[in-house]
Amino acid sequence: MLETPRARRIAHLALIALGLAPLASLALGAARGTLGANPVETITHATGQWALRLLLATLAVTPLRRFAGWSFVAPWRRSLGLLAFGYATLHFATFLALDLGFDLSALGEEVAERPYVTLGFTALLLLTPLAVTSTRAWQRRLGRRWLTLHRLVYAAAALAVLHFVWLVKADLAEPLAYAAVLAALLAARRARRS
Amino acid sequence: MRIRESEVTPEALFLRRREFLRAAAAASLVAAGCLPGDEGEASTEAPKPEALANVKPAPAGPFRAMDEPTPFEKASAYNNFYEFGTDKEDPEANAHTLRPKPWSVAIEGEVAKPGSVPLETLLAGFPLEERIYRLRCVEAWSMVIPWVGVPLGALLARLEPTSRAKYVAFETLVDPEQMPGQRRQILRWPYREGLRMDEAMHPLAILAVGMYGRTLPNQNGAPLRLVVPWKYGFKSIKSIVKIRLQETEPQTTWSQEGPSEYGFYANVNPEVDHPRWSQARERRIGELTKRPTLFLNGYADEVAPLYRGMDLRRYF
Repeated sequence: MLETPRARRIAHLALIALGLAPLASLALGAARGTLGANPVETITHATGQWALRLLLATLAVTPLRRFAGWSFVAPWRRSLGLLAFGYATLHFATFLALDLGFDLSALGEEVAERPYVTLGFTALLLLTPLAVTSTRAWQRRLGRRWLTLHRLVYAAAALAVLHFVWLVKADLAEPLAYAAVLAALLAARRARRS
Repeated sequence: MRIRESEVTPEALFLRRREFLRAAAAASLVAAGCLPGDEGEASTEAPKPEALANVKPAPAGPFRAMDEPTPFEKASAYNNFYEFGTDKEDPEANAHTLRPKPWSVAIEGEVAKPGSVPLETLLAGFPLEERIYRLRCVEAWSMVIPWVGVPLGALLARLEPTSRAKYVAFETLVDPEQMPGQRRQILRWPYREGLRMDEAMHPLAILAVGMYGRTLPNQNGAPLRLVVPWKYGFKSIKSIVKIRLQETEPQTTWSQEGPSEYGFYANVNPEVDHPRWSQARERRIGELTKRPTLFLNGYADEVAPLYRGMDLRRYF
């Protein structure tokens, strides 16, 4: 499948375009005023959901490569990870700007006092060094330690799922679906090792 | 899948486990295709709200909030009404299956003549009055809505409560045919709410039959809902089929679901946070940033005396 470099490049670009589509849709919706009665909430929820989905997609790359034998997905991992980080950053920026009005002391209070904020904020903090060191240069520079560092992505994904679980009022079905996907991906990782 | 013991030992962890089981059961039902979706159902147009005649305009003062009213299009498209789904857009999309006419209300408990009363009879003789109130949701968003209704106190007085009537309890309709969200046990149906008698008799508390000069859209709680503007929105129970006067404090839905998070009183209070999020600020629908939340939603002058001497952190 996707034998030629050209086909692989096109597939990779298509994936990135697909990953940016939700952002384009949000921008278009904001411009046209079609994000519903509470557009800020729509943006917060959508960026958070896509950050989580793309993070899980990032974790699915290696199992796909191993079990399906799709070597062409290998470079997708970085793209998906960076897309996830981008949505997570937008998610946080929306919260900081529109919920907290850039009040950093309020942010400190929220992070300290609201476990769901603590979890989400920690997840973003964990993802930041991974985004920074996602280049080939950093990969070379860190050598074997790069792999160790990038295992943090599993912790970030787990925190992101918990962040979602923690703020739901009554219906846990959706965050638990993400938890199930994460559990399956972690199981796949174990299966690969044994 | 229901775990009854959880009602006896309402521990946070245990509640989580029950929610997990409930969600897992629902997920497996969905996977097995057991839960009906939209397909195969006659999708009828929601009945258009009808114009209400002879509505007394709200007098100046607390009955007429000076805030800019939320546009009808937003107030009728962004609702928490889990009987029609848990997303804010679900009630507008799904509430067309509710049949608000004919409607009757069961009057029970400590009253002169209990029984089932057609809605028209229950409301007969009360002039319809407009009330422009702020509505503050426990989720930290708010609206300003011009309601049409009757004072709850006057209506209760006509039921001739006995001396043992200390509380009033309300229930929403249970009918999964009309309320598709009830096919899953998201909450323990029926939705139940209640007020202390002095709260219910306060002139700010109304039973609404309309908003924006027309009958209530189904998603806003047609044909009869409570509006208690100084309390979080979940107190203002929708599509009421039962009013019961009683001596003891009624068990209410959200305080049963999360006793540490939702109390019986649920008074709007920026000083008392929800355990998981701050209540100090709110987003007024239509505004980008948040504004400070007012004590008792700005109705402190009127209703603070009801809570004199009460520790509002304890009785949240």
